[in-house]
Formats: sequence, structure tokens, C-alpha cells
Amino acid sequence: MRYLPNSPRDREEMLRTLGHSSIEELFAQIPEQIRFPGRLDLPGPLSEQEVLESFKQAAGQSTREYASLLGAGAYLHFRPAAVDSLLSRGEFFTAYTPYQAELAQGTLQAMFEFQTLIAQLTGMEVSNASLYDGSTATTEAVLMSLRLTRRNRVVVAKTLHPEYREVMATYLRQMGTEIADVSYGASGQLDIAALESALSKETAVVVVQSPNFLGTIERFGVIAELVHRSGALLVVTVNEPLSLAVVNPPADADIICGEAQSFGVPVAFGGPYVGFLATREKFVRQMPGRLVGQTVDTEGRRGFVLTLATREQHIRREKATSNICTNQSLCALAATIYLCLLGKHGLKALAEHNLTMAHYAADQLAAVPGTSIPFASPYFNEFVVKAPGRADALLSELRQESILGGVNLERFYPELKDHLLVCVTETVNKVTLDRMVEVYRDFSAQRQVKAAAPSGASQAVGQEKA
Amino acid sequence: MKEHPRHARPHITRDENLIFERSSPGKCGVDLPAPEVPAASAAELLGEDLSRQEIPGFPEVSELEVIRHFTRLSTWNYGVDTGLYPLGSCTMKYNPRINEVVAGLEGLATDHPYAPAELTQGCLKVLYDTTRCMAEITGMDAVSLQPSAGAQGELSGILMIHACMADRGNPRKYVLIPDSAHGTNPASVTTSGYQVKNLKSDAHGCVDLGELELAMTEDVAGLMLTIPNTLGIFEVHIREICELVHRKGGLVYMDGANMNALVGVARPADFGADVMHLNVHKTFSTPHGGGGPGAGPVAVRKVLEPYLPSPMVVKSPDGTYSLDYDRPKSIGRVRAFYGNFGVVVRTLAFIAANGGEGLRQSTQDAVLNANYVMRKLQDLYELPYNEPCMHECVLSDHRQAARGVHTMDIAKRLIDYGFHPYTTAFPLIVPGAVMIEPTESASKEELDEFIEAMRAVAEEVEENPEFVLKAPYTTRVSRLDEATAARKPILRWKE
Repeated sequence: MRYLPNSPRDREEMLRTLGHSSIEELFAQIPEQIRFPGRLDLPGPLSEQEVLESFKQAAGQSTREYASLLGAGAYLHFRPAAVDSLLSRGEFFTAYTPYQAELAQGTLQAMFEFQTLIAQLTGMEVSNASLYDGSTATTEAVLMSLRLTRRNRVVVAKTLHPEYREVMATYLRQMGTEIADVSYGASGQLDIAALESALSKETAVVVVQSPNFLGTIERFGVIAELVHRSGALLVVTVNEPLSLAVVNPPADADIICGEAQSFGVPVAFGGPYVGFLATREKFVRQMPGRLVGQTVDTEGRRGFVLTLATREQHIRREKATSNICTNQSLCALAATIYLCLLGKHGLKALAEHNLTMAHYAADQLAAVPGTSIPFASPYFNEFVVKAPGRADALLSELRQESILGGVNLERFYPELKDHLLVCVTETVNKVTLDRMVEVYRDFSAQRQVKAAAPSGASQAVGQEKA
Repeated sequence: MKEHPRHARPHITRDENLIFERSSPGKCGVDLPAPEVPAASAAELLGEDLSRQEIPGFPEVSELEVIRHFTRLSTWNYGVDTGLYPLGSCTMKYNPRINEVVAGLEGLATDHPYAPAELTQGCLKVLYDTTRCMAEITGMDAVSLQPSAGAQGELSGILMIHACMADRGNPRKYVLIPDSAHGTNPASVTTSGYQVKNLKSDAHGCVDLGELELAMTEDVAGLMLTIPNTLGIFEVHIREICELVHRKGGLVYMDGANMNALVGVARPADFGADVMHLNVHKTFSTPHGGGGPGAGPVAVRKVLEPYLPSPMVVKSPDGTYSLDYDRPKSIGRVRAFYGNFGVVVRTLAFIAANGGEGLRQSTQDAVLNANYVMRKLQDLYELPYNEPCMHECVLSDHRQAARGVHTMDIAKRLIDYGFHPYTTAFPLIVPGAVMIEPTESASKEELDEFIEAMRAVAEEVEENPEFVLKAPYTTRVSRLDEATAARKPILRWKE
């Protein structure tokens, strides 16, 4: 086996040193009856070439030839070559969690920079060094709020990513914490009246996503006022943080958390991603996850260490602020490198590019007969379209043109039948968007012909078209 | 003359500054494609009140500066690629390069989680095949790859136990955890809503059957056990332990963090575990990445299968793969989408490269290496539990502490000899623990050098303890002031 550095002779010598004649003797502590007698039925062993071949086959059965308008919490963005080039340095990706600070200044300084970038981006005072993903970051923000307020009721916008809501429900079920949903209004933004009636003296926290799952950007002035008046905390989830380059972060939020996958992390069928959680300085001791702090060495030189570890499971065990041990260091490093490359101007220019192209696409679609953009609120790079007919049929038509046309929202919101969530990033060009609009147009025209003609004729039209 | 003149310095000692301090206005590390439609400003499209002008303090640097900055930072790290990394309980083994290549393949790295199943058969097949491998290795019946890391695997497992117990009529109140367990165990149990009952270990560092018998009441949902335990010792009475828990109506959770001692040699389902997680970043060689991402697949016996997180990847009789959301008894989701897919790709690549025999040989080498180190050091370092070890061994600083030198000091001095420290101060049941896990990735030659270094440090402790207390001497920074860092936290750069 090519990964193993011991030769048969090394093994023999070591066994002899230990006074054993066979390797089996080292396993004598495992009772005979429970030892596995057979051979594991697994693929391999494969040469490197064969490994590559088998995964190339899997990679071929994919959407790599398609243009994608899918978003909904996982965003396809261009990744500059420098990101992977730096990530592939073995000193970064083969290192452990930086508990031994003298040998891990690289990781520690990079995480300190990540914390700074996230704090700047969110306008918050402090950020942790990452969490698993946006869904668990949001759940951890809720758990943190329960600890801070010592209340036990959670109010959640129905426009928080539906899978994030499911994760939260999984974590809270055993704790007897009640979760109340607040619906969206006609604008696609949070229904303020519904929020008001959902709040009570027991409300610990209100969770609102922005841009929300329907793509619309929330206005936080009134929301924050209502939440704080009831003594609850406001958690804002952002899972397309590129938006923060052009949208003001909610200054009145107590915790801003979410998903930073957009920043240089591959979409990779859903993970690994990189959750973040930023908050006010006064809440820092109730924060979950690792934190890197600046300090000095014995000579007075600046250096970095993991700090405030007394919150964490390896010290506090059952009294820890969270059970999390691993975070997403390498993905956070990707985000750090990405944000440094784009910087102040690049990130804003990219966000404006997304914004412009998404608005171009929405405007073109709105002009197609039978199609509409139902929510009139501001949006960033994602919006809802009411399809000119059955959404599934439209998606199949788009697929014929090698376009993944969006997420059918009925799956998450039964009331939004035939509505699609469409995301436009810089990975989609104008030619594709125009082709998409053409498909909508044809689809719409076909339907109108069908609607106008008696049923027999509609069949004929269908055949003609085919 | 300025107070801190910036002389050119050799790379290892230069002050690399934070990226924010290297920034100057007008620079940018990317050029974006020209807009294809007339660009509108954010203020026009979003309105003045919503739109943001700029992000104060954000860096402005060129591409080359980014490359140099992070390349320099990387060289101040120590990785498995740099040398022996004998951190106990962390399983720092070699991360094969081909795994990085396959995880980055277009198609696998680029498919969207909401793309239609018919078009993402490749990704779904990788997930499905990996669950089958995990089931074979553990002997379990079903596997979910959703948990993001070991601790989330633990939480998922305990939530499943809770759901199953509740279905039987009473979820019960407590989970038993030996005092030698990882800190994540009690923290996960608390997060799941159960209370922790600690179980004292016996004189051999194992579960005390008498204690267990007393503690395992009708109020206890189950036992959470690491096998082999954190001392690197296999629980000889594991079958009796599992039988006892089952007899009282409880379930056994096995923490699979130490599975590197067992792959191909013994299967947890065969000795009575009902549910377990695997840390693929340990046993299956996915990179630790400086602290994640990992993945913590959770494997269960039939009895717990209905409760696994939703969705599950299934294979139809016609050979196609899909996601099954119709799981009414599931504990629900523990994270968005289907798990750390990119990590799973690397896992499967590692398993396929090794095959069953390669994995078994790896286990044997890991155990041989650990025993070799233990026997070569036990004359100079106290061995608190003198039992044959499995994949790791636990010594202690007992003798050195008498000279005022503790495990952390010895670890720091080891750095000057070119090695990453072992794990210090864990498990908690060994005061001043020196926990060494060489893994199968250490050659005999390298182990001999390590042993020599450990012996040299022991001598230094005898001759000049003061000298050891100030180590390391060869790193970019010396020991860091952790107390001040915690008392007055500086958690970000400010202008």
C-alpha cells in the first residue's frame, strides 16, 4: 500500500523489539469471539490512476454542462485560481486545530483576519472563527440567545431558509422551546403585524433572514424596534453575504450569522461550507465556536492564540456553550483569501454586477406574457418568478436548453405553486439569460395556443412542435 | 529615526503584518469581466437608504500580495506534510493528494444541491457508495452522512436514542459517560436534552462493571462509550457491558473517534454497539484543514434506522439514486443539504485506494507504532496504566513534574527537536497526560528519531529543568501570553 511507510522488515524488527512473533498478538486484548474473521467487502485496492478514473466517471454524471440559476442557500460564484493554489499548501490543509500556537501562527493569523473581515462585512464588533454552515450557525445563534435572555420562546420568519428552520427544530425539540413562525406579506418581506402579535414577554429571539429565502431584502428599522421593545434579541441570517457589499447590514441586530460559502468555497453538492456568527462585544462569552485572539510572546512580539476556551466543550464539558469541536477552518481560510483578493472595490463591483444582471433578467421575464415578478420589494441576485404555466414543465423546457432554471418553490411553500426562485450570479452571461427568456416566451405562447384551441387541436400543436 | 524601523529580515522572523496593514487605497486583486448590460448602481436599484457605500477597513491589495501573504503565513504552520504529528486522539495521518484532485473535479465540486436527482447521479452515487462502505466497516445496518463533524454525529446519535426511547414509551433522563471521555460527549448529551451521569473508570482505565450495574437504572437511556477508550485500551468486557445496558432497556452509543484501532479487525455492531459516529478526518484521512471541515457519519443498527436524519440517499432496483424525504420517524435535519459532500468524496477515495486489506494493514501498523513508542519510553516516562495499547498510548509527566516540568513544557521542547507535540493534559483521568498517537503514517525511522527526542528531553529535565520551561526556542514566536488574551480579548484588527 503506497501510503504506508513501514517496510515488512521494519514491522518484523518492531515486533521483535516488543517481544511478539506476530501482529495478531498485539490484538489479543480484543476477545476472539468479537474479532472480525473475514475480509471487509469494500471497493479496491485501486491504483491512483484507477481512483481518478472511477471519480471521473461519477463527475461525468453531473450538471457540469448546464448553466445554473440555482441559489437558495448555495451560490455559484467564480473562484479565482489563487484561492485553491494557496489552500493546497500542505502546511495549511494538513494541520490540526491550532492548539499549539507556536507551530500554528499561520492558521491563527489567518483566522484572526477572517474574524476581522466578517466583523467589517456585518458591521458587528466581533466574529468567531467559523461554524459548520449557515443552518447550524443560525441554530447556534438561537441557542446563544436563549442563554442570554433566559427566555424560552423563539420567533422565526417563515422566509428563513426552510432547511435552516428544520435544523433549528431538530435542536430545539428536546428542550421544550416553542417556535412560532411569522409569515411574509404581499411584498415578500416580513409581515410586521404578524410579527407584532407573535412577540411576547417570553420571546427570547426573533430570527429573520435577509435577503430572505424569497430573495427580498428586509427593512430592519421597525423590526428591530419591535423586537427590542419586547426584550428579545434580533438574529439576522445572511446566506448570500456578497449582498453585504451593496446592502447596509442591519445595525440594530444583536447577532448576524449565516453562510459564507459564496466567498471562494465550491458549491460541492451542499458542503463543506462555512458558517459565521458575529455579535456585540458584550455577548462574547456566550458565543459558540472557536475564537482567535491577539496577544504577545515572552519577547513582546505580536502573536495569536485560541482564546476564551473556557466556553468550549474540551474544558467545560457538559456546561459548554456548544458541543461543537471542529469548525470549518479551511473553508474560512478560503473565504479569507477570496475576500482579500476582491477587497473593498472588487467585492462591491462583483455585487453590483450580480445586482445588475439579476435585475436585467427579472425585467426581461416580467415582460413575457403570463409571467410576473410577484414581490415588489428590493432584491439582490435572487428573485421569485411566477411561471406562465406549470413550473415543472417550464423547468424541463429550460433543461432542454441546458439551463437549470431555478428552485420550484412549491416544494417549500405550497401556497407558491408555479413560482420559481431564480438566482443570477456572474457565472451566468447575457446570452444564457436571453435564451432563458426565449424559453419562457415559447412556453407562454404554447400555453396560449393551447388555451385558445379546442383540446384536439392542442394535441396537434404539441406534435408539430416536437 | 522611527521607533520601529522596518528592516528587511529573513523570512522566518519577518513581521508579516496583518493583511489590513498591508492595504493601500486603489489596489485590487481581481479584474472583473466588463458588464454586458448597462450597469446600474446599488443606490439606483435598491434606494439610497438600503444601499451601502463601502465596507470600512476592508483590504485593498494586489493578487501577488495575497499570494505572498498567505504563503508566508503557511510556512509558520506545521502540518502532517512537515513531519510527525503524534497528537493523541486526533489521528493525524497522511492526506493523499489524489483525494484533493478528485474532490475538485468539475461535476463533483460544482453540482448544486438542488439540481435534479436525474442529473446528479454521480454525486448521489458517491454518497450512496460511501454509506455502504461505512456499514460494512462498522457492521451496522444503515448510515447517514449528514452530520458535519464528530460532535454533530454524537448529537444525532443521542437524539435518535431519545426518539427511539420515546417511541417505546419513556425517553428516560440520563446518559452514562465514563470520566475518560472526550469533552464533546457530555456537551453533546446536554445539547440533546439529556443529563450526564459520570461513570468512574476502574484500575485498568476501563468501565467498572460493578459501577455500571449500579448506575444503569430505569432512568438511564444509554451508555456513551469510546472504543478503544481514550487511554488507547480496548474494553475487554465490551460484550458484557453492552448486554448489561441492553438488559436494562438502554442503548449503547459508541464514539468512533478511535476507530483507527479497529478497522478490519473488529466491528462495533458485532460487539453490541447500537449507534456510532465515525470521524472521517481521523480514520479515513480527510484533511484536518487547521480545524475543519470534517464529517461525522452516523451508523446505526436496524432498531434505530427509522430515526436517522432526513433525507437519506437510496438506490432503486433500476440502479438509479435518489433522496428519500419520506421518513416520518426521523429526528429531522441536523444541517442544510446532505452533509459535507466534498469531505465524503475524499473518504471514498481513501477507502477505494486502500481496499479492505489496505485498511486492515493500516490498523495493524497504527497499533504496532503506538506500542513501539510506548515500550521505548516507559522507562523514562510514567506509564499509569500498564496495559498493551491499541492505536495510541498514554504516558504521564509524573516523574518530570517532580522537577517542576509539566507535560506542556515537554511538548513545547519537543518542537525544538522538529516534532509536533503530542496531546497534553488529556484524558482527564491521567494527571499530566502525555498522549501519543503516531498513526500508520509514521515510519520506524521517524519513530526512532521521535523516541530519541523524547528521551533527550527527559534528560534535559533532569539536568536543566529551567531550560525546558522556556522552550520552544526555534519558532517564530516564543510562548504566548494566553492569560492576557483571555482577560482582555482582542478578537479583531481595528484601524
